[in-house]
Amino acid sequence: MSTLANDSGSRMNRFADRNFKYLVIAPAVLILLLFGIFPLVYTLLVSFQNINMMETDTSFSGLLQYRQLFSDIRLWESLGHTLLIVAIALPIELIAGLMMALLFLDRMPGRQIFVALLVLPTMIAPIVAGATWRLLFDNRFGPINQVLGWITGEPQAILWTIRPEYVYPAIFIAEVWQWTPFMFLILLAAMSNVDTSLTEAAEIDGASRLRIFFKIMLPAIWSVMTIALLIRGLDLFRIFDVIWALTQGGPGTKTETISIYAYIQGFRQFETSYTAAMAFLVIFLLTIAVMFALKRMEFVR
Amino acid sequence: MSAAAARRRLSRRRAWRLAFRYLAAVALTVVFLFPIYWLFSISLKTPDEIFASPPAWYPASIQFDNFKVLFKDGDATTVWNSLFIAGTSTALAMFLGTLCAYSLARFKTGGDNLAIWIISQRMIPPIVVVFPLFLLYVWLGWVDTYHGLILLYTAFNLPYVIWMMRGYIEDIPIELEESALVDGCTRWQVLVKVVFPMARTGLFATAVFTFVFAWNDFIFALVMTRSEVTTYPVQVTHYFGGQSNFWAKIAAMSVLGAAPVFVAVAFLQRYLVRGISMGAVKG
Repeated sequence: MSTLANDSGSRMNRFADRNFKYLVIAPAVLILLLFGIFPLVYTLLVSFQNINMMETDTSFSGLLQYRQLFSDIRLWESLGHTLLIVAIALPIELIAGLMMALLFLDRMPGRQIFVALLVLPTMIAPIVAGATWRLLFDNRFGPINQVLGWITGEPQAILWTIRPEYVYPAIFIAEVWQWTPFMFLILLAAMSNVDTSLTEAAEIDGASRLRIFFKIMLPAIWSVMTIALLIRGLDLFRIFDVIWALTQGGPGTKTETISIYAYIQGFRQFETSYTAAMAFLVIFLLTIAVMFALKRMEFVR
Repeated sequence: MSAAAARRRLSRRRAWRLAFRYLAAVALTVVFLFPIYWLFSISLKTPDEIFASPPAWYPASIQFDNFKVLFKDGDATTVWNSLFIAGTSTALAMFLGTLCAYSLARFKTGGDNLAIWIISQRMIPPIVVVFPLFLLYVWLGWVDTYHGLILLYTAFNLPYVIWMMRGYIEDIPIELEESALVDGCTRWQVLVKVVFPMARTGLFATAVFTFVFAWNDFIFALVMTRSEVTTYPVQVTHYFGGQSNFWAKIAAMSVLGAAPVFVAVAFLQRYLVRGISMGAVKG
């Protein structure tokens, strides 16, 4: 926060009507407290009880649920799947986004139209994106196997959303398709804000394009890139819709992510207390990441 | 002579580069738009064309039977549900959020900590909050009600609205508000007569994004609705599984959901970057 903001703040404060500033903030904060704090407190409370479909035991049962977490292989597997998706999809989206941004960085006639069209996948509902890819991946009537058949020269009937070795590629393709434009758009804007006199001077001095990118461009867009990565990283961690549309976590539990597993435990198995404990584990894991994210955001503002 | 030749060579190289870039741009656009094209084309195909192997690459004739079925069976009411719920919650979130943002931006109410707490609400995965909220909603009898879902989306979008509008309001020169106060305006008049008009592009862009977030949401609607207030994303998933003769419905319903978003994108162009980067890039 700059001194300018503090300065103007205190200037406004001189004639600030105290009631006004709390009056306008109160409704929003009340709603956020109800929807933000209540779930946390209630989750914490329930996680120390023993409530499930069979019984409603609200007596304090200590760390029973949390102990169960550690022996639940399915939970750690789902966490592993989630981290795998983050670890693979995020770098691909970043690198593809960077390359696309570089392609469109210099002026070219019609650039705006290309950008406007390329951003469309990012704006549609993830569940719709998943549904679309479900139709595209269909083994008999989908166009993907057809195109693969042309390339390989023999008919293909790959069961993309059913065969264990193909489900992850299918998820990655859908996810990367939808969110690479997000990276692209942000990185393109960040790169466009870089002072061109710097890159031009380097070019005249005979620096290679690669060198210019790594020595001038990348440091200049670093902070924006970090934020884009954090937004996307957190989004990927909570991935639900696309997988729900494509595989519902299957085959078996092969593509079950933490969000899908928690949904199944909470809304299919009605393991209320156990789901609450799981939710707290997720919050614990994410708090660290979120704190880090916000530090970066504040840094840029 | 050699200078002229070198210049010619350079401009030839530029032309080649531009040609290559166009080729790459067109190829990329085709790849990225093909899935959307396919979705739209299925929504216009006849069953025979949908279940053709090898696939029919385009519908032989444009017919809207797949959409007519949705309207006849009443499935399309889910789109109206979405519109009503997303619209109302956007209006609410914009109103409450902008007021809150004004207080944060101009009075530094609660300092940075309050602002950070508010935006951190946005970072928590929905699955974590949706479960206890579902239990609360069961207790309140709010499951499968309009106001339940509207309030949920309002709360879900408030952090985004507050965060974005705080940025937009900070961009407005404070002197205008000060002089309005000196001229005898009350605080509320300043808000209505100075701040809202000055921030109107920010208000508009933020509202469209807020609407799209609520419109596109699946997980809250999946948990909180049963049959009365089903939104279109939930309706799409009702056609999954079982028989594949629901394909036409999947596609047509998806198109009904995607088309308004595309219209929104067309209006948003200038604010897209700032909106999706949560203000990180002013673009």
